[in-house]
Amino acid sequence: MSKVEIEVNGRLTVGDVEDRLLLVDYLREDRGLTGTHVGCDTSQCGACVVHVDGQAVKACTMLAVQADGSVVKTIEGLAGDGELHPMQVAFHEHHGLQCGFCTPGMIMSAVDMVNRLGPRLDEKTIRSELEGNICRCTGYHNIVKSIAAGARAMGKGMKKAAE
Amino acid sequence: MGIEGIGARVLRKEDKRFITGKGRYTDDHKVVGQHYAAFVRSPHAHAKIRKIGTRNALKMPGVAGIFDGKQLTSDGIGNIICGWMVHSKDGSPMNMGAWSALATEYVRYVGDAVAVVIAETQAQAQAAAEAVDVDYKVLKAVVSAEDALADGMPQIHPEAKNNIIYDWEIGDEAATDAAFARAANVVEIDVRNNRLSPNPMEPRSALAQYDEAEDHYTLHTTSQNPHVARLVLSAFYQVAPEHKLRVIAPDVGGGFGAKIYIYPEEIVCLWAAKKAGVAAIKWTADRGEAFVTDAHARDHVTTAKMAFDANNKIIGFKVDTIANLGAYMSLFSSSVPTYLYATLLSGQYNIENIHCNVKAVYTNTVPVDAYRGAGRPEATFLVERMMTTAARQMGLDPAELRRANFIQEFPHQTPVIMCYDAGDFGVSLDAALAASDYANFEKRRKKSQRKGMLRGIGMSCYIEACGIAPSAAVGSLGAGVGLWESAEVRVNPVGTVEVLTGSHSHGQGHETTFAQLVSDRFGLPGENVQIVHGDTDKVQFGMGTYGSRSGAVGMSAIVKALDKVETKAKKIAAHLLEASEGDIEIKDGEVMVKGTDRKLGWHEVCLSAYTAHNLPEGMEPGLKEGAFYDPSNFTFPSGCYICEVEVDPATGTTTIEQFVAADDFGKIINPMIVEGQVHGGITQGIGQALLEHAVYDDDGQLLSASYMDYTMPRADDLPSFEVSTSETLCPGNPLGIKGCGEAGAIGSPPAVINAITDAIGNNNLSMPASPQNVWAAVQAAE
Repeated sequence: MSKVEIEVNGRLTVGDVEDRLLLVDYLREDRGLTGTHVGCDTSQCGACVVHVDGQAVKACTMLAVQADGSVVKTIEGLAGDGELHPMQVAFHEHHGLQCGFCTPGMIMSAVDMVNRLGPRLDEKTIRSELEGNICRCTGYHNIVKSIAAGARAMGKGMKKAAE
Repeated sequence: MGIEGIGARVLRKEDKRFITGKGRYTDDHKVVGQHYAAFVRSPHAHAKIRKIGTRNALKMPGVAGIFDGKQLTSDGIGNIICGWMVHSKDGSPMNMGAWSALATEYVRYVGDAVAVVIAETQAQAQAAAEAVDVDYKVLKAVVSAEDALADGMPQIHPEAKNNIIYDWEIGDEAATDAAFARAANVVEIDVRNNRLSPNPMEPRSALAQYDEAEDHYTLHTTSQNPHVARLVLSAFYQVAPEHKLRVIAPDVGGGFGAKIYIYPEEIVCLWAAKKAGVAAIKWTADRGEAFVTDAHARDHVTTAKMAFDANNKIIGFKVDTIANLGAYMSLFSSSVPTYLYATLLSGQYNIENIHCNVKAVYTNTVPVDAYRGAGRPEATFLVERMMTTAARQMGLDPAELRRANFIQEFPHQTPVIMCYDAGDFGVSLDAALAASDYANFEKRRKKSQRKGMLRGIGMSCYIEACGIAPSAAVGSLGAGVGLWESAEVRVNPVGTVEVLTGSHSHGQGHETTFAQLVSDRFGLPGENVQIVHGDTDKVQFGMGTYGSRSGAVGMSAIVKALDKVETKAKKIAAHLLEASEGDIEIKDGEVMVKGTDRKLGWHEVCLSAYTAHNLPEGMEPGLKEGAFYDPSNFTFPSGCYICEVEVDPATGTTTIEQFVAADDFGKIINPMIVEGQVHGGITQGIGQALLEHAVYDDDGQLLSASYMDYTMPRADDLPSFEVSTSETLCPGNPLGIKGCGEAGAIGSPPAVINAITDAIGNNNLSMPASPQNVWAAVQAAE
């Protein structure tokens, strides 16, 4: 057991975790945040993507102890002040989800994509950047549209904030 | 239609919980005192179990019990059933081997469960499962369908001599042979339909609770049909009586067929919850476990020939298929390569004589069952590869050969049971030809040539059968169940509406589209309508969602119940407004006397039904109606898909340059959702054509049991799609719906392979058209 201090969605918790506990199991089991999903065992599907210190991470590929002292954001923490994040809105408006299982990881990856590459994303870039997220329902068509629209909306928000 | 009625692109009501991480899938549910199950699985494809040693494992921390197949069967838990009886052509019933949820004497595929460990934590259960010492005598394995039939191969089940489950036929063989005797042209092909793994993104999961005080079980499970699960668990597996078992299929993360069946894990968890004396048992598959337990799909080997007369009209089609059903007969496995496959071999074409023989065989592989399309993709791949091959051999345009053979008049009785009720195949073909700029393809081919690339175009004109199914008809063909659907419409005293449906949504958006029916009927906002599904304690018995049946069958049941509600509401309103019932109209949330200003609010009529102070004489209070809808026929979605590819001859890499879909789904309730279904279906079809393959080695080890090895389609493998629809209404159901859930997966694989073979100039190419396979075919062509 190791003692960890992890801030998740703005809440700091101090506790003991098993050394082998994966971050995704810590989030789901210890913190009750079941929006982060497990879809494979090989870090391929991306259903477990969360942000650790602002960067997209597959939570099945990181131990909870490695997140000690970090700030973690999960899908549950993305909307602020009762308002959906522009990327969440875009997935809804462009029918970017069906069964919803891959959706949290998709949205967290999409937000990270915009954070890294800016709000003007062409289709080729989006498709290439989605290499680590698998969806079985949508054929990606509407996910790509959602991310392009969400990115533009995030861009407007950034611009507004700058003004 | 109103902004939320039939035909409107209403955004999904269910999205909010999914985009905020508040969806509640089975594994997200947790109860106090919950234990975990880990299964001890066979590492061998075929072996005799000599001994199961549990002494060390039982001493490990947290272990509450370890149980094996002998304990299971001695507790009276029944063998796993196959729900569709198929008879061989000699009249004998199919040869079904026994399948116990935990193997007793033999294991028959890698992953076959032999014991279960129940422990306080998942890690403890897994550790103890690894410490269970099973002594196996390894036997030779049979892997491929052809090998199963070969002389001297191991016999997998004593009931099935030569591993043959059935040797079945359909159609008139003598008449078909006679047609070939007078043919001007005969075209022959050999086709393999590659084995797939369905791979819904949510792995299967079960949370089984036993309440000792009430002697009552509750199962949360990843199911497409919770009532069927409850029925089968109680009536056949004797886990619990039906009225003592509640099955809940909460949010389910994709199904595609794989979550129809009641698997060993659900049976064992329910049984073991009581046996181990624990409050609840949770089991969730990891992906590797999903690959070796979720029913696999397809896996056909076929030879076929088609006869044409001198005018290029098809006069005969003869098909010989071997279907690999794996180690055991899964729930609907027997029907997939027979009644869901060979009945579609007429395609969109007027073919007088068809004969098809299907041998289904056991092998030491994961059981095979229905996966998106189920039999129809195999039929469509065969027919549409055949049509393109024939056009090439006869020097004709593939589009025009198809058109010349299209069925033009409806209803059309095919020689293989199906009677097509409506369609207009030329409309879809023309739409796809126009959208793909087919006429100018050769210019694009030359352009690719100049940069050293091979460009090809391919098409597929599919027809499939949905809306499964008329109960009496499928009963006469061997189905053990009826395939109707149920609905109940509960109007609350304040006028809001709850619809309880036997359909189950695992991505299809029923909470939105089903509510559109209510909005359309009464002019109510969608937010005043709640769709309830997936819980046997809440919803009346229903058959669930598969075979693209929720629209054509599920929604028809809702329409029937709405008809009854409307009739009663009108009677009440007529009484209150002192008008004749025939003059009452319900519109925009108001109930009015036509042509007058006399009206009541919808909510006033509903409240009157419940206060019951002033109802027509003899009328019962309340406003709640149920309906069961049994379809009169299958429905027949059809369409044309055109795929254009560019192949790099140096690497064999295929790029899909464009993919056009022109579908006829009959009436469409929500175009946005229908398009989403088509996108997803096409992608699974492209996955089968280019990428996906469940591969076994000669010893029966599944080599492709992770996402590192089994190639799922990813965003950068695909283009955006160009989809359109036309609408010939289905005459068989009240809304005119045909169904759209599987079409994409059915129609797309032959379009892709026809395109690649066109590009490389070699018609001999197997799925998946991986770079390696394509490169080899390019080399062979040179």
